Amino acid sequence: MTINTQNAKAIDAHRARERRRWRTVILFMGMMLASLVLDIATGPSMLSPIEVVRSLTGMGERAPMTDSIVRALRLPMALMALVVGAALGAGGAQMQTILNNPMASPYTLGMAAAAGFGAALVLAVGGLGLPTMVAVPLGAFAFSMLAAFFLFMLASMRRINTETIILGGIALLFLFQSLLSLIQFMSSPELSQQILFWLFGSLTKATWPTLSLTAIVTLVCCLVLISDSWKLAALRMGEARAASLGVDVRFLRMKILVIVAIMTATATSFVGVIGFIGLVAPHIARMSVGEDQRFFLPMSVISGALMLSAASVLSKSIIPGALFPVGIVTAIVGVPFLLWLIFAPRRRT
Amino acid sequence: MMELQNIAIRRGGQTIMHGVSTRLSPGQIHAVIGPNGTGKTTLLRAVFGELPLETGTIRLGTRALVAGQKSRLAEWREDIAYMPQDTAADVALTVLEVVVLGRLGKLSLHIDDETLSMAMDRLTQAGIAHLAGRDIASLSGGQRQMALFAQILMREPKVMLLDEPVSALDLKHQVALLDVVRRETCANGWVTLVVLHDLNLACQYADNLLVVANGTLKACGTPKQIITPDLIRETYGVAVDVLHDRRGNPVIQPVGNLHEISHEHEGMLA
Repeated sequence: MTINTQNAKAIDAHRARERRRWRTVILFMGMMLASLVLDIATGPSMLSPIEVVRSLTGMGERAPMTDSIVRALRLPMALMALVVGAALGAGGAQMQTILNNPMASPYTLGMAAAAGFGAALVLAVGGLGLPTMVAVPLGAFAFSMLAAFFLFMLASMRRINTETIILGGIALLFLFQSLLSLIQFMSSPELSQQILFWLFGSLTKATWPTLSLTAIVTLVCCLVLISDSWKLAALRMGEARAASLGVDVRFLRMKILVIVAIMTATATSFVGVIGFIGLVAPHIARMSVGEDQRFFLPMSVISGALMLSAASVLSKSIIPGALFPVGIVTAIVGVPFLLWLIFAPRRRT
Repeated sequence: MMELQNIAIRRGGQTIMHGVSTRLSPGQIHAVIGPNGTGKTTLLRAVFGELPLETGTIRLGTRALVAGQKSRLAEWREDIAYMPQDTAADVALTVLEVVVLGRLGKLSLHIDDETLSMAMDRLTQAGIAHLAGRDIASLSGGQRQMALFAQILMREPKVMLLDEPVSALDLKHQVALLDVVRRETCANGWVTLVVLHDLNLACQYADNLLVVANGTLKACGTPKQIITPDLIRETYGVAVDVLHDRRGNPVIQPVGNLHEISHEHEGMLA
């Protein structure tokens, strides 16, 4: 075999691999859209998926009530599930990348716990005159960013390695959980109930303005992440090697940390604490399309969106008519899924 | 030509290297040898600009790294390829993708056929073209080292810094890799600075040996000129015989513990 035919063959194999990955991404995107339709269809009054599609596209005949249920009531919630899932998926993926650790995620590093504490604090002491609808997300966002700032300070120090940053994050998780328990311990049963409800994570708080804000922030952050695709891929080869390929490792790490913090803090502050997606979605992506960031990032986004959307469907259909907080459902379906990922035979493409 | 003028390197409040001055001419392999922990890796990292200089200057063409001065590292590193010692790569990428990453900075979101074909040529040079589609994490340590070597070949450098590039390789691949290094160094006029632990490989492949001990440059010159039993004993604390191969290159043969030898001598005398 001459060198030229060998090269041509290897290039063809690479192109085939790229096409296979695109097909996986598109397949998941299809599943995500199907889940979106199902999510809109389920609720106190069940609609048929066909009716939902008709209403969304504005084509075909449907009952007059359908449009208002679909578009005004359920669409913002269903889209919020996708956007928040996407933000958590992307955030988790890049946390794992910059810290070179498969257990990193905004949740495990204390940012979600900080958001929970921020929200609880606002609920307990009041929002400085702001209406609760604004003050609670703002408090959650502020404390989540505070936690991120602490991690950022650690990351900016010269002789701090990734393990230390993770350790710092886990310490934050414990700290904010304790502070949160303290507030709950000291508050009235009604207030405690309110805090608990926020912590469960719920999509019912979604409105068009909050949805648009979250969607825009997520989109902009993802575009920045995409522009650093190759550097992030190189970083996964190890710090020394990334540096030898010309990556300013410390700067990249701090930049990505800020982006992930903004994206996940925004998402968390509007829907409450939803763990697990940030941890598991990147693993689904890694196992299905590998860590070429051009596929890894979109796949993490789509897997996250699909997971939260599916959890939302489930939260409404466990007991018809009753709505379970989506944060609870996510972890309950997430754990068996994670176990399956761990024990399933590995196939990397 | 790369010129090191009286450089000293400080790390963690301790001066690791001092008083290193030498000229490294292009088209030659300069092998750094010396005991563990004497600063060989430190020297390479300093040349790459990763560790600041405490004193001195490193010049390469019109560019220079000067102690105490902020330098534009991206510019300095443009023509330098550095292969760190660490060959861990627990990442879900294929060998071809890993090699393509060598052109980081010149890559757009779509990888064109030209880049892929160039990456395949580098893999062919490293003798592992058949592994192109394999997952990097599934390779043996030696294969991975070859793949990472192919990766830095993608940088088309003028200066090559290799930190123990053959540590995980079997004899065949050691020779294969160093043959590629020698061929490309001559052909492209690279300044190649390579840390080697195997003294015999170093003697065989180096045009110029840099012997590092106690944080400074102890000796420097062609292997034939400088390798003597005294130098090795002073540097490593080991008694050796220096033989010569058919091309006249020194071959170093340890003769075991100094203490035992003196015993044997006593026995023979008695």
